[in-house]
Amino acid sequence: MKNFIATSIGKKFAMALSAIFLMVFLLQHFLINITSVFSADIFNFLSHFMGTNPLVQFILQPILIAGVIFHFVMGFYLEFQNRKASKYEYQKVRGGANSTWMSRNMIWSGLVILSFLVLHFIDFWFPEMNYKYVEFLPEDPNRYYEELVHKFENPIRVLFYCVSFILLALHLLHGFSSSLKSMGTNKTYVSAVKNLSNIYAIGIPAGFCFIAIFHLLSNL
Amino acid sequence: MRLTLKIWRQKNSETKGKIETYNIDDISPDMSFLEMLDVLNAKLINEDQEPVSFDHDCREGICGSCSLFINGRAHGPDRRITTCQLHMRKFKDGDTIYIEPFRAKAFPVIKDLVVDRSAFDRIQHAGGYISINTSGNTQDANATPVNKEDADAAFDAATCIGCGACVATCKNSSAMLFVGAKVSQYSLLPQGQTEASRRVVNMVNQMDLEGFGNCSNTGACEVECPKGISLDNIARMNRELVKASFK
Repeated sequence: MKNFIATSIGKKFAMALSAIFLMVFLLQHFLINITSVFSADIFNFLSHFMGTNPLVQFILQPILIAGVIFHFVMGFYLEFQNRKASKYEYQKVRGGANSTWMSRNMIWSGLVILSFLVLHFIDFWFPEMNYKYVEFLPEDPNRYYEELVHKFENPIRVLFYCVSFILLALHLLHGFSSSLKSMGTNKTYVSAVKNLSNIYAIGIPAGFCFIAIFHLLSNL
Repeated sequence: MRLTLKIWRQKNSETKGKIETYNIDDISPDMSFLEMLDVLNAKLINEDQEPVSFDHDCREGICGSCSLFINGRAHGPDRRITTCQLHMRKFKDGDTIYIEPFRAKAFPVIKDLVVDRSAFDRIQHAGGYISINTSGNTQDANATPVNKEDADAAFDAATCIGCGACVATCKNSSAMLFVGAKVSQYSLLPQGQTEASRRVVNMVNQMDLEGFGNCSNTGACEVECPKGISLDNIARMNRELVKASFK
């Protein structure tokens, strides 16, 4: 096991595992957020459950944060290693002739997603932690919907969110199938994985954009 | 054809190289790319200049010796060919052609367009073989039935000529298509399965030691491979390594 993680393939495998974990979380996050479009009550109920359940708060949340940090740190580490291995640059390269822009620029789309996450944490997670664990304010099961709607009143924030989600879609368009290939997906499933990858990579970010724009327009 | 060639010139591995420009006339569209370089070298020798060093051997797409990164692509602007199979008809009269060596930390330039690809040899020595003595005591082929799909996949993997185009074209200089092909060609056949675990571990470790990068599944190697080696071989190598590491 120790030797496996030390190999280049082991590191890619670990990177892929963290990616799949984050994609499962993203799907769950989307399924909760989309309820805000249909029903404030359902959204409040689910958010209150996620925000107060000890299993979610004290076990799943730390695992999620560790997964996010691991994915970014490992991504930078692998990028550093790869740049070291290919340190001599060609005078002329036609990368577009044999690969997609998304696959060649995962580090850049990843950096945009990282900057989005910083904003997202400032917007939602830090105030939430402050509310519950610093100021110990009384729990209000109906505050979540109002907080969400309030954040999306600002069109600049909605624009930045949407741009970030476009970059997330590009990241996922390569990352979804790549993570499964890194874990050794058999060629029998390549076509199915590609289709599922396209549905997920476009559907989830488009859904998040829709939520942000829906609340912006509802506030007008 | 009249061409402008921008060729990487480098005296040896210790010195810094640079692009030099050469103009060349009377190139027939029917010439191979290497024949065009022969014409250039004859001209340079006649002018008392140092000819351009480049690798070549069989000149029929089998040996994997010829390399060259031509106009931004390994083996030039065509699919599933080596540089020796590239013809000048793929270019237009008046074109400017960039000719560079395959670049990777693990493929240091020896001179001009010649790179040291012995890292591949060392990976092969680490496990790219079977220890069964097949000399003089060969069994009847039908004694060990092999699934047709496995036999075909093993044969496809075995067509890898080890040219290094996969490394040259990969933005990470990853050698995983080469190693994946070598691991696959043995792991799919009963003769190779006995040593499958040891082989994949040793070959992957040697690949890492040589300083190749990680695979990020861009698929560029598969597109530029002159033998059409599939990315599926990398996935199989990954599976083989997981199996070997956790058994």
